[in-house]
Amino acid sequence: MTAVSDMVQGAGVVRKRTRLQRLKDNRKLWRGIAAVVIALVFWEVGSRWDQWFGFTLPFIGLIPPPTDVAVAWMSVLPQPGYWESWYLSFKRVLAGFLVAQLVGIPLGLALAVNRYFREFFFPVFEILRPIPPLAWVPASLIFWPTNEMSIAFVTFLGAFFTIVINVLGGARTIDISLLRAAQSMGATQWDMFWKIVLPGTLPSIFTGAAVGMGITWEVVLAAEMISGGGTQGGGGLGFFIWNSYMGGSLPHIVVGMISIGIAGYVSSSAIRWLGDWAMPWRRLF
Amino acid sequence: MSEINGASGRASGAIVMDGVRKGYGEDWSWQQVIESVSLDLPPGQFTAVVGPSGCGKTTLVNLLAGFERADEGSIAVDGRIVSGTSRDRMVVFQESALMPWLTTYQNVAFGPKLRGDMRGAALDREIDRLLNKVGLAEFKDKFPLQLSGGMQRRAELARAMINSPSIMIMDEPFRGLDAMTRELMQEFLLRLFEETGRTHFFVTSEIEEAIFLADRLVVLSNRPVTVRTVIDIELPRPREFHLLSTPEAYDYKREALEILHEEAMKSFGGGGSVQNELVEAIARRG
Repeated sequence: MTAVSDMVQGAGVVRKRTRLQRLKDNRKLWRGIAAVVIALVFWEVGSRWDQWFGFTLPFIGLIPPPTDVAVAWMSVLPQPGYWESWYLSFKRVLAGFLVAQLVGIPLGLALAVNRYFREFFFPVFEILRPIPPLAWVPASLIFWPTNEMSIAFVTFLGAFFTIVINVLGGARTIDISLLRAAQSMGATQWDMFWKIVLPGTLPSIFTGAAVGMGITWEVVLAAEMISGGGTQGGGGLGFFIWNSYMGGSLPHIVVGMISIGIAGYVSSSAIRWLGDWAMPWRRLF
Repeated sequence: MSEINGASGRASGAIVMDGVRKGYGEDWSWQQVIESVSLDLPPGQFTAVVGPSGCGKTTLVNLLAGFERADEGSIAVDGRIVSGTSRDRMVVFQESALMPWLTTYQNVAFGPKLRGDMRGAALDREIDRLLNKVGLAEFKDKFPLQLSGGMQRRAELARAMINSPSIMIMDEPFRGLDAMTRELMQEFLLRLFEETGRTHFFVTSEIEEAIFLADRLVVLSNRPVTVRTVIDIELPRPREFHLLSTPEAYDYKREALEILHEEAMKSFGGGGSVQNELVEAIARRG
């Protein structure tokens, strides 16, 4: 008996690896890094084709090479204005996104569980839903006293409809057997809502959040470009790009674009992480 | 011998269905699903209900469980009219109805925790006992998606049993399992039944399964449903799987098949897929 357990323990020791070894063997990570490096090399060569070979490649030849972008980035990194752009955009995205969740999830659930509520509100909702968030910009600039509030409102709309539709759809597709099983075991309406409908809708809530987060970034950036850099409602990464465009600095435009890419990646990673944490039964495989 | 009825010494779970009718739709689209079903099922027995697939067996289950109400007629359990759901009538569903977000343990604990009638160490002990019984003690912290089909059904059996119902209602519970697992589950259920003597109302479209398990076999007609016949299966208990190859079992099977065949042929001209399925099934099984 002891011999067997010793062997098992021995095997466990052999298989134990240091953090560095694990990092070295993380193929997914290395492939990702290789992909980014290769893309950068292509970009660099493509943009410098004119300099090196004498003629300009279409499209890519007009884009500043990554080395120029890196130089431009280094120049803005120490500037507080650049970081303020990040802060302003993130603040707007989070505000619009959170309010949309706070209003959208309960509304979606209410539409799902109450037939009368659904029959009464859903038609109005469905007429408003196809209107693109940016089509709301002129109206909200008129309705809301400040530019900042207009941006917040339009951002909210961007995520709101997606969230409601996802929550409604998710809650409506919960297997009726689950509700019936709970009912047989003595669940009240209240129990069924909290213990079946809500956990059953969680996957759809997170799908809605992921999609809604993407739309929020789109809307915030567009709204920032439209509203310009006035005293109120100015700034943000969208304005950073717009400003670089007005100033004619191509590398800075690309810096702004990549910054948004990183910001979006951080946001969706955060949602994925939250989703994994909230739904342990979904990350089994 | 009987763990649920042993205390009182009297079995519970007598089912009396009296002229039950049920249909769906508006006036212009009315579909009569259950024409008339009257049954008198004594307590402590295993009743298997067979009928052509799609005939309305699940509707009958929904009525008995109290998920739906009959249009006419009544269902009584131990003399009390069924007017809604009750923990006395637990259903094991066709597809797994375990909560995907709860572990095996949490799923089994769902009912008692909801009602608050069992808690703490007593609840833990009871769940451990049941999970041991269904062979899932090592899987108590796994989520349903991590269990095989057969394990999921056994977890569901445990979840139903912890509520100590007087009737276990099972709606084609082994459908979709592979043949081997299905056989094992049938034997497992048989052992549970023979151990507890709890009333079972077991719906299936497999005649052999029905004969192997049941004390009585209720053969339903095609839609709209009536009771074609009730056959008492007088095969000795405890049963073993080779029982199905005995001449007695074969006779029961032929008797039931003849009636089902007749039911299928009745509407065969219509060419409905339900009938085709049945005829195919009969041809395959001889």
